[in-house]
Amino acid sequence: MSRLTPCLAALRAENHAAFVTFVTAGDPNHETSFEILMGLPGAGADIIELGMPFTDPSADGPAIDKAAQRAIKAGANMKKTLSMVTAFRAAGHETPIVLMGYFNPIYAYGIEKFCTDAATAGVDGLIVVDLPPEEDAELLEPANANNIDIVRLATPTSDDARLPAIVNGASGFVYYVAVAGVTGGKSASADDIGEAVNRIRKYTDLPVAVGFGIRTAEQAGAIAKHADAAVVGSAIVSLIENGIDADGTPKGDLVENVLNFTQTLANGVRSGR
Amino acid sequence: MALNSYRTGPDEKGHFGNYGGRYVSETLMPLVMQVEQEFKAAMQDEKFLAELDELNRQYIGRPSPLYYAERLTEHLGGAKIYFKREELNHTGAHKINHAIGQVLLAKRMGKTRVIAETGAGQHGVATATVAARFGLKCTVFMGEVDIERQKPNVFRMKLLGAEVKPVTSGSATLKDAMNDALRDWVTNVHDTFYIIGTVAGPHPYPMMVRDFQSIIGRETKEQILAQEGRLPDSLVACIGGGSNALGLFHDFLDDPDVQMFAVEASGHGVDTDKNAASIAGGKPGVLHGNRTYLLQTEDGQIEEAHSISAGLDYPGIGPEHVWLHEAGRVNYVSATDDEAMEAFQLCCRTEGIIPALESSHGLAHIIRTAGDLPKDHICVLNLSGRGDKDIFTVAKELGQEI
Repeated sequence: MSRLTPCLAALRAENHAAFVTFVTAGDPNHETSFEILMGLPGAGADIIELGMPFTDPSADGPAIDKAAQRAIKAGANMKKTLSMVTAFRAAGHETPIVLMGYFNPIYAYGIEKFCTDAATAGVDGLIVVDLPPEEDAELLEPANANNIDIVRLATPTSDDARLPAIVNGASGFVYYVAVAGVTGGKSASADDIGEAVNRIRKYTDLPVAVGFGIRTAEQAGAIAKHADAAVVGSAIVSLIENGIDADGTPKGDLVENVLNFTQTLANGVRSGR
Repeated sequence: MALNSYRTGPDEKGHFGNYGGRYVSETLMPLVMQVEQEFKAAMQDEKFLAELDELNRQYIGRPSPLYYAERLTEHLGGAKIYFKREELNHTGAHKINHAIGQVLLAKRMGKTRVIAETGAGQHGVATATVAARFGLKCTVFMGEVDIERQKPNVFRMKLLGAEVKPVTSGSATLKDAMNDALRDWVTNVHDTFYIIGTVAGPHPYPMMVRDFQSIIGRETKEQILAQEGRLPDSLVACIGGGSNALGLFHDFLDDPDVQMFAVEASGHGVDTDKNAASIAGGKPGVLHGNRTYLLQTEDGQIEEAHSISAGLDYPGIGPEHVWLHEAGRVNYVSATDDEAMEAFQLCCRTEGIIPALESSHGLAHIIRTAGDLPKDHICVLNLSGRGDKDIFTVAKELGQEI
């Protein structure tokens, strides 16, 4: 079993929702990105999604697209992403890490080798946005064999006919994409989200995390009332974009700004219920 | 491996062997499945097929002629060359064939808006055209770099009432335009139909675009039998994503004596980093909804393609082509920018036809090989588009100002 299930169960026992943060590995460069990663647990992140940079992130909006391009330009690759996780674990952090991204970099790395190396590094789960249940068998088996959860996505367009197929084989949690759109776009109403989360719960006992369109502590708190976890990505990543010079050099207060904002969001989630 | 038939694919999940499939975000999954269902139903629907047939004849101008290129044949001194004149279609290329089919499907599904990606602008113009014809809103995504290179087509699309959205994400070329189209689609799933411009993308697109394009091969077969009393010995087509090639080839796949050559754009050469030859220089990967060969780095990052012809400037290829390549049924060869330029000029002077730079790649292969073939060898080139759009590129290449 990965760290995800005990982490989410412990929070549930305390009647708390989990706060999930997303940052892209290697953005704006390897060192700064690692510094941010190391600071996230202290800034209230219960679970960390770490983006695997890809040139063509077609399900992401401008903020996360640019983050990926920055990271790749600064030399990010899969080995470095995994090495970041290894170093994070070596420092004693037990916060669950979910790698999020697209299938091609995993496929190019070699699926079996990727699962083994990711498990060794200390990765707990995978979200591969362009790998729907119909296509993910070749990743699901080696991932699970290495105690890595495959987190599946449910969306506003996932009807009752599809939901059973989505949750069947999923583990860790189910990620509800709150709006039909890309990351960093519109926000859904808390009522709609509550309804959707309840619909998903009819089909699974897995915790349900909600993401897309959550930008403020208030929004995160409202989500925490309905869901087992609230995910914030683009809003955090945008701070990185604003925290670098025109030539890509991080300004002195970048890490501090990112972690302060993360703490504010974490407080929002905590005060949600 | 010899198969009983090369025309049975894809399987029900959209796979051609190991390739194809449906690699899209969950939000799009129900939608692409609905497109598949509607497409299958439409192709069984007499009324839909009758409307498609009527538009093919009266609006596009089909059938396109199968023309004996007599002076080119004499010049090359070998094989007898025919041109399948897709460049005579309305809008000047084969792209209209799948655009008209897809817009009819969009209408059938009650969609009020269509979107498309475009590189050279030919597919964008075809989509804007059919959107105007059916009164649908139309947005075309085009890389900032390509907008600058293809101004006449940008203006054409605007005249036709389409909105042309400059794409600045990623490397701001065709692959990024496709990313932005997917982003738009996922955001507007309720009213929007995505008209994909080649035999790639998530299932059913590779199959659907092929089926709308395969009219090229059906006509060619009928015409060559009428004109020559037998099947051709070889078929040649250029290939980027592969819609015109598959359109010509598909009806002949089970005719074992018909050889097929798909000509990739090798830009400055397959050994350089400036090419668009996914079969010659790529390896398997997943992008834009399908598993196929891609130009990519060791780390699985997608590389930018290069070709003098913007329509071949894509780092991937349709999955059915990869399958046909691995099965050995179709020969995948390549032609450089320089060879295409030579072919372009030769075609202008010997046949009085200005071919698209894309189609010139196919012709370049014929120029290389026809002289060594016997005079009774019949070769059909898919002259997939006309070259009016390319005159600025060609002039620049020749160092002339216009």
